[in-house]
Amino acid sequence: MTKPFLETLELDADYGDCRALFGVEVGLAEGETVAVIGANGAGKSTLLRSIAGLVRNAPEMVRLDGRPIGALSAEQVTRLGISTVPQGRRLFPSLSVEENLLIGGRHGRSKGQWSLGTVYGLFPMLRERRKAPATALTIGQQQMAAIGRALMSNPRILLCDEIGLGLPPELIRDIYAILPRIREAGASVVLAEQDIGRALRVADRVYCLTAGRVTLLGRPEHMRRHDIHDAYFGVRA
Amino acid sequence: MIWVETVMQGVTLGGLYALFAAGLYLVLGVMRLANLAHGAFIVLAAYVILLLASLLEIGPLLAALIAAPALFAAGWLLQRLLLNRLLGEDILPPLLVTLGLSIVIQTGLEKGLSAQSRRISPGPLETATVEVGPAVVSLLPLLSLGSAVLVVLVLQWVALRTATGRALRAISDDPATASMVGISPPRLLAGVTGVSLVVATIAALHAGTLAEFQPASGTAYLIIAFEAVLIGGLGSPWGALAGGIVLGVAQTAGAALDPEWEVLAGHVAFLAVLLVRPRGLFPRASG
Ligand SMILES: Nc1ncnc2c1ncn2[C@@H]1O[C@H](COP(=O)(O)OP(=O)(O)OP(=O)(O)O)[C@@H](O)[C@H]1O
Ligand SMILES: [Mg+2]
Repeated sequence: MTKPFLETLELDADYGDCRALFGVEVGLAEGETVAVIGANGAGKSTLLRSIAGLVRNAPEMVRLDGRPIGALSAEQVTRLGISTVPQGRRLFPSLSVEENLLIGGRHGRSKGQWSLGTVYGLFPMLRERRKAPATALTIGQQQMAAIGRALMSNPRILLCDEIGLGLPPELIRDIYAILPRIREAGASVVLAEQDIGRALRVADRVYCLTAGRVTLLGRPEHMRRHDIHDAYFGVRA
Repeated sequence: MIWVETVMQGVTLGGLYALFAAGLYLVLGVMRLANLAHGAFIVLAAYVILLLASLLEIGPLLAALIAAPALFAAGWLLQRLLLNRLLGEDILPPLLVTLGLSIVIQTGLEKGLSAQSRRISPGPLETATVEVGPAVVSLLPLLSLGSAVLVVLVLQWVALRTATGRALRAISDDPATASMVGISPPRLLAGVTGVSLVVATIAALHAGTLAEFQPASGTAYLIIAFEAVLIGGLGSPWGALAGGIVLGVAQTAGAALDPEWEVLAGHVAFLAVLLVRPRGLFPRASG
């Protein structure tokens, strides 16, 4: 791994009295795709939300280009070029498809290849339905719109939280098929996934989270299947 | 043709009520904050207009134009310094704070200016009338209806056609996701409360020229505003206008039957609409 430009350092995250992450350390290098795998409730979303500023932490717990960003608000983090495709998509129901995309582009970095035109080029379905309210889309189209909204800010880092969840297999394949295009456009990607096989196929490196702790990390080609299973399901060696 | 005049009177009175409601609607719709001080702010604005008009010896319209930026600033500061910190899962703190604020404003006006009834002199417009079809209506109430339509049109245009409106709808849908796409709610919300007090100033100009008011009038304004907003629903600013007109027509129709029924008829209409359409005439689209 080349030196990471985004990293978490001894990241603890809490929901009230309940700790969800314990000393989590992950890193992301320029151009890399990193997968974070883990079962239900392992803490994948909490990790992504901590990076995104939706869960606030101590400043030093998240660093971008060496600069502490752990205590910044979500809007500040977004303006630094970190964009999220949240779990469950979370499109704005009162906004049309196109307005959802436009709002994603408003506060991002202006230079970059993503614009309404290129996002529609990536997802032609969205162009056809651009005037429809976001709620009128199928789940697959909503997922595309959520990805498009995040891309519109021309992010350096794209955080994708279970973008295949609840989709039929052929749609998951379509969605994953666009990842290379996103990387070519210059974004580094963090993927939260429950699907181990899919994560291993697309990621340069994989972290396994179990009950809020990193229990395994490595390159897919060096990881043994049963080690991953043991880590994923919390079986102690 | 008596009933035509009654309905016309009701509709124009509804315009005034819509002005009471529009500012409340704005804050409630965008940030889910029920501003219990909205009625008191309308009264405060009426006193500001009254004082400016008599001190500077200017007409009420000019006085309102001077008052509007001051009230905008007051709303902005209120949101920035106080209300933004109280917004969250728990809806009780903002309710208590705005209730307290309304009491402070009312007692402040009573102590500072006396509890006596006052009226903003509308000048020569006082007795002007216009013929609308078969009915003769006074000009002043008609002007308040015109203002209400204008206010609703502007709010609607900003909401649907501008980037700011888009951001406000996003905040209203889902504040956390809105900040995730880079929107900064605190600043935008300060502007929203500022504008709601500008709308309160417009309402005050009309309310204060149409009828007498006193420091305690805010409670009645607030109740009417709430009923109109709930009748109209939170889906569109046109709801505030529709709600105001329902109340206005119900009140004048009730009064035509028996003057004692005026206020009661409004409340009955409010309950009747909510029984049939619990989320109002223009409900919000839900995700
Ligand atoms: N808003 C919240 N308030 C309190 N506890 C929460 C909240 N969100 C998550 N948690 C808890 O934090 C832990 C980690 O949850 P998280 O959502 O990060 O898991 P996840 O790996 O994303 O799971 P999933 O695959 O189901 O999305 C869980 O124990 C969960 O119950
Ligand atoms: Mg999750």
